[in-house]
Amino acid sequence: MATKADVLDFIRVYADKMAEHRQELTDYDQAIGDGDHGINMSRGFKAVMEKLPTVEEKNIDDILKAVGMTLVSTVGGASGPLYGTAFMKAGAAVKGKEELSNEDILLALDEAVGGIQFRGKAVEGEKTILDSMIPAINAIKASLADGKTMAEALVAGESAAWNGVEYTKTIIATKGRASYLGERSIGHQDPGATSMAYAFQAINEVAQKAGN
Amino acid sequence: MKKFINDVENVENEMLEGIVLAHPEYVARLEGFDVLVRADKKVGKVALVSGGGSGHEPSHGGFVGTGMLDGAVAGSVFTSPTPDQVFEAIKAVDAGEGVLLVIKNYTGDIMNFEMAAELAEAEGIKVANVVTNDDVAVEDSLYTTGRRGVAGTVFVHKIAGAKAETGASLDDVKAVAQKVIANVRTMGVALKPCTVPAAGKPGFELTEEEMELGIGIHGEPGTERKPIQTADQIVDYLMERILNDMNPAAGDEVAVMINGAGATPPMELYILNRRVQQILADKGIKVFKTFVGDFMTSIDMAGASITLLKLDDELKDLLLAKADTIGFKMY
Repeated sequence: MATKADVLDFIRVYADKMAEHRQELTDYDQAIGDGDHGINMSRGFKAVMEKLPTVEEKNIDDILKAVGMTLVSTVGGASGPLYGTAFMKAGAAVKGKEELSNEDILLALDEAVGGIQFRGKAVEGEKTILDSMIPAINAIKASLADGKTMAEALVAGESAAWNGVEYTKTIIATKGRASYLGERSIGHQDPGATSMAYAFQAINEVAQKAGN
Repeated sequence: MKKFINDVENVENEMLEGIVLAHPEYVARLEGFDVLVRADKKVGKVALVSGGGSGHEPSHGGFVGTGMLDGAVAGSVFTSPTPDQVFEAIKAVDAGEGVLLVIKNYTGDIMNFEMAAELAEAEGIKVANVVTNDDVAVEDSLYTTGRRGVAGTVFVHKIAGAKAETGASLDDVKAVAQKVIANVRTMGVALKPCTVPAAGKPGFELTEEEMELGIGIHGEPGTERKPIQTADQIVDYLMERILNDMNPAAGDEVAVMINGAGATPPMELYILNRRVQQILADKGIKVFKTFVGDFMTSIDMAGASITLLKLDDELKDLLLAKADTIGFKMY
């Protein structure tokens, strides 16, 4: 389960990571995209951190939706609509909840990934955000089904996300700007899959700290 | 990085301020937004909105005015504008006849403009869109996101804008925009890369002896990197690909655009044009009108693109119709 404090903590930790890895994400994007992923994500999460104090007294769903709206209106590019839609859908999935059960967390993740698929019209294996996100969610579900705790499942989730990032190095991009490169995109890791893996890293860190 | 900037965070904003201060007779800024609209709103017609990342000036704000766009939305450099910005532009220019969005084929642009269109439709505004994809350097297949929208987009602004000015319906304006998209082809080349101010370093590297053929307008890689050749040889390469894709017949008429990427002197653009005209003459293709200059730039890239638009009588009339904007004039 996750409390509202955990959700707020996740947003803050993830925002810190986007600032910290701004250059790294931009470098990955310069290799196969238009070279601004870290710039855009850090700008968006800086705006999220400015917005957060005005909504942190609200319900979890309102907080997640405010994060999504802020990302949509500040990130731009493809990442803005994709990450923004993910947070908005996750928020809508947990409407009215004071705290999140494990089932709520899974529902929010499923809705978030569904939102990204709808907006981006992509599937797994196209060298996108989905290539770290879908394996991470699947690993979390599998761990829970094996009787592991959520904290243990989130360790497996992060690990699967980074394996997904590694996998993006081996495949050809067929969506987004990297698709113009065709085979030349092989060997490079996808910047969007990478920024998504940091989201699962942030969730995992918050869960270990919270001890649940 | 050596640029005339004050703060990388303020590049887009300060540019827009500068544009409005220079050309108040053409454009006004929507208060609080990165949107330029006509200084005098034109009613009784379909409105056209385009936009995209900044760094392509005069695209798109430079084409706001009589006979072309009604509004242009400027994102961060090389980054699509956000849905809230596009939505404000749509609301501001709509005169009840509907709004046509002219979107260049990039994943981010399409998502952001689509989200804006959903917001506008929810408020009862009629919205249609077209997606430009004139870059023959990119293979259009299931395995790519499709061809990029590049300099040919300016012909869409010109011709669909002229059609809207006649009082045509949204469906008819969209149809003529689609006709331009179906008949326009472009390919570009870069000699030197461009530097996004916030990135602070070039987006890719080329040695003094190299060129990138098929370059995108954000410095995306093209089809081939080769040692630099003469202007005529470079034009031959680009024209072969454009003509193969377009497949015009002798006797066809075309409009030609030789577009500078931002740091290419007019002298060199005219040298490129010379060879383009020779090739077309040899093939018996008639040049109806030629445009040489900076229309769709890539910040400080040294490079150029060649665009051909195959014309019929309707497109010819609309191409010659009056246009009066900062970056494109036709009298």
